[in-house]
Amino acid sequence: MLPRDLKPEQFSGYPPAAKELVTNYLGALQKLPLSFLPNLLREAIDYDFKFPAERHALDRELANLGSLSPAQIGEWFQGFAKISVSTQLERSDWINSPAQFVEQLSAHLWTTHQLDAFRVAATEYADRLHAAVTPQPPPVPRLGITVIGQGVSSYDGTLFGKLRPHGGYFTHINPENGLRLLLDAVGGRAKAHSSAYGHWYIDGGEEAEHDAVLTTVSYGALASVRRSLLRNMQTETERPGMGPEALRTLMAEMRPADLGMSKDGDPIVDRFRLKLLTEGSGTQIYSTTFAQWAAREALRRAQPLTLLVRFAPRQRQRPMDELLSDSHPASALDFVGSLIDADMGAYYNWLNQQRLPGAEQSSFLVWFEGHSQALAIGPSMPRGTESAAIADLGKLLSWTI
Amino acid sequence: MGERALKIPRTNCAISWTRREFLRSAAGVALGSAFLPSTRRASTLSRTKKVVVITFGGGARDQETFAPEGQENIPHLMREFIPRASFFTQVVNRGILGHYVATASLATGVYETINNFASLPPEHPTVFEYFRKDLKRPSSDAWVVAPSNGFNRIGESTHRSYGPGLGARVVLPKHLLKATLSKRGTDYEHLLRDNYETPYYTPELGGNEFELQQLESILRLSADDFKAHARTLSSPDELSVYIARQLMRHLAPSLLWITMHDIDVAHAGAYSMYIEGIQRTDRLCAELWHAIQTEPEYAGRTTLMILPDFGRDADEDAGGNGFQHHRTGDALSRTTWMLAIGHGIREGVVYDRAFDSLDLVPTIGAILGFSPSLAQGRPISELV
Repeated sequence: MLPRDLKPEQFSGYPPAAKELVTNYLGALQKLPLSFLPNLLREAIDYDFKFPAERHALDRELANLGSLSPAQIGEWFQGFAKISVSTQLERSDWINSPAQFVEQLSAHLWTTHQLDAFRVAATEYADRLHAAVTPQPPPVPRLGITVIGQGVSSYDGTLFGKLRPHGGYFTHINPENGLRLLLDAVGGRAKAHSSAYGHWYIDGGEEAEHDAVLTTVSYGALASVRRSLLRNMQTETERPGMGPEALRTLMAEMRPADLGMSKDGDPIVDRFRLKLLTEGSGTQIYSTTFAQWAAREALRRAQPLTLLVRFAPRQRQRPMDELLSDSHPASALDFVGSLIDADMGAYYNWLNQQRLPGAEQSSFLVWFEGHSQALAIGPSMPRGTESAAIADLGKLLSWTI
Repeated sequence: MGERALKIPRTNCAISWTRREFLRSAAGVALGSAFLPSTRRASTLSRTKKVVVITFGGGARDQETFAPEGQENIPHLMREFIPRASFFTQVVNRGILGHYVATASLATGVYETINNFASLPPEHPTVFEYFRKDLKRPSSDAWVVAPSNGFNRIGESTHRSYGPGLGARVVLPKHLLKATLSKRGTDYEHLLRDNYETPYYTPELGGNEFELQQLESILRLSADDFKAHARTLSSPDELSVYIARQLMRHLAPSLLWITMHDIDVAHAGAYSMYIEGIQRTDRLCAELWHAIQTEPEYAGRTTLMILPDFGRDADEDAGGNGFQHHRTGDALSRTTWMLAIGHGIREGVVYDRAFDSLDLVPTIGAILGFSPSLAQGRPISELV
């Protein structure tokens, strides 16, 4: 089966909005190489459960593809056209299972030493798309806030090392009521600049009190889902013949209800939460990993105007001697390790925010929770500076934006 | 395979990556050139030479190791090794970036394409087979100490001219520990987890892995003593080093290959655990180097080579998630370093030229005096 043979009825298994989208652009899709098309279908098949920013981007990408002449198609996809795809992959059900196809294609590219050629083709495509479909700037400059170090009484190491060259480091911030000030500021932005899934609060532990208008994801609220998933994975891996690929496919096919999530929730956010656990690595076990991955995926997919991420202490990795003697409880927390994880996570949050449209106007604030150290990055904030100015977090935020 | 997230980027990334010059600020090192010969003397009989290879794994980036900002994580390599070592700043791995298949490629000198998660032997002859067949060495003279994730088949290939009976003996310390544990609970399962890329999957073992009863006959170690010692160690790599030292003391193999794997905990996404893995591996390398210098069978005649199997994804690559994985195939994940120290090695020299990770096997061949005829690399002239 090749793209040129595509017919509308072959998409009957797609959810309604996805089916309509794909059939509207069937003519364009028929012209695309097989090394590219399933990657696009993998996005399209989830259209019904995508955030507005994702839908908008996909709409524009497909509209652009539909506008290209045959000669332009040849030019845009010459790199992909040179990628050799196996007969086995051609015969697979890439229309209904594009994610599995992409996974198998990935293995094929590594094995046949075509991965570098694929990377070049993908980068060229992204550059052309970026030039042709200029991303629209956000209605207001983005704001990212990361709160790290919950529960750490003191730390002598260097914090914000990777971020300091990009902003101002403040050493005398008044920590009093800091989280409350930040959450209130985020809630205020959400009310002032209403946007569906545009303002987020992610917590690596239990959620603090926050404005209901925020889209919220937390490690604590997903405790029963995480336990259910881990049990499920354990059971599946004990089945004869279960390998990593089969397990991954199984997890990819899970639905929120399979893990006990309420049917009354927002289906888009619930699907997002589920994917954090079924597609993320380590997100089921370590809260710091969960918070970082959730932020990464929220930024990549929902492109929020505001994102507050609060890291919480994760469980400790138990050393071998302790496991053998079973001398300590498994639930002990690693506060300093979590601070180091979160410090790196803050850097990744900033990097991921900077990948979005309007990066030059975006602002970012990271604070060592309960302490006087913070770092602010913004258009008006001098880079690589240090300040002993005394201010609370509300004031610092006003200097940053 | 090592890759799981093949995403076509739909945004472009303006941040570019440039490779740092390693060790620019390190004292006591000189910039080397290919015209500087090694200090290896032709009169040294290959019969007495030994080579120990440590893969600094699994997967470590420049910026957490030898790049300026990472040097604090490797104090032993920086202070004890670098002044006495030849250091190569650019070792490029053009193969599949999965730990087993990449290590197998290092050991064969050919980019293997076997399934990273299956218990399969390499398709091309390993360095151990060349060594044993060409030099007519017994099986006791080539050993591999490795984590359990499929590495049990790394000792010998399926190649018809080599293969069964000509490879290295393989010991999997975690597997050995598992065999000694009569009562196993959930925590033991966690401890004995085979790999970090697919934490809930364990391939079936096959091949001639080290049997439990050989603990006593070869390593002169009772199961109870082994178990008791394991209780004093904090990680699987510490267990590997303990076993390697037993092998060195009791069998003194001429070709010893130790695959470290603690660093790959990075797949769990916790940066501090990744850094702890690097710091531990640094310490364990020093421990092994100390053993080489103090064991009479090794002192003065051993070349030690340390290299990561590959790097990890760059922070700046939007297709990955930084240190957590090695999925993008970007330059940082493919480019790493190698350090050589000991017999015949020029001291305190840094070489900036790039070489291919496949060059390792021909280099070991040139040092020990065998011909890896099917390996695709070339001997590293600065080391032979």
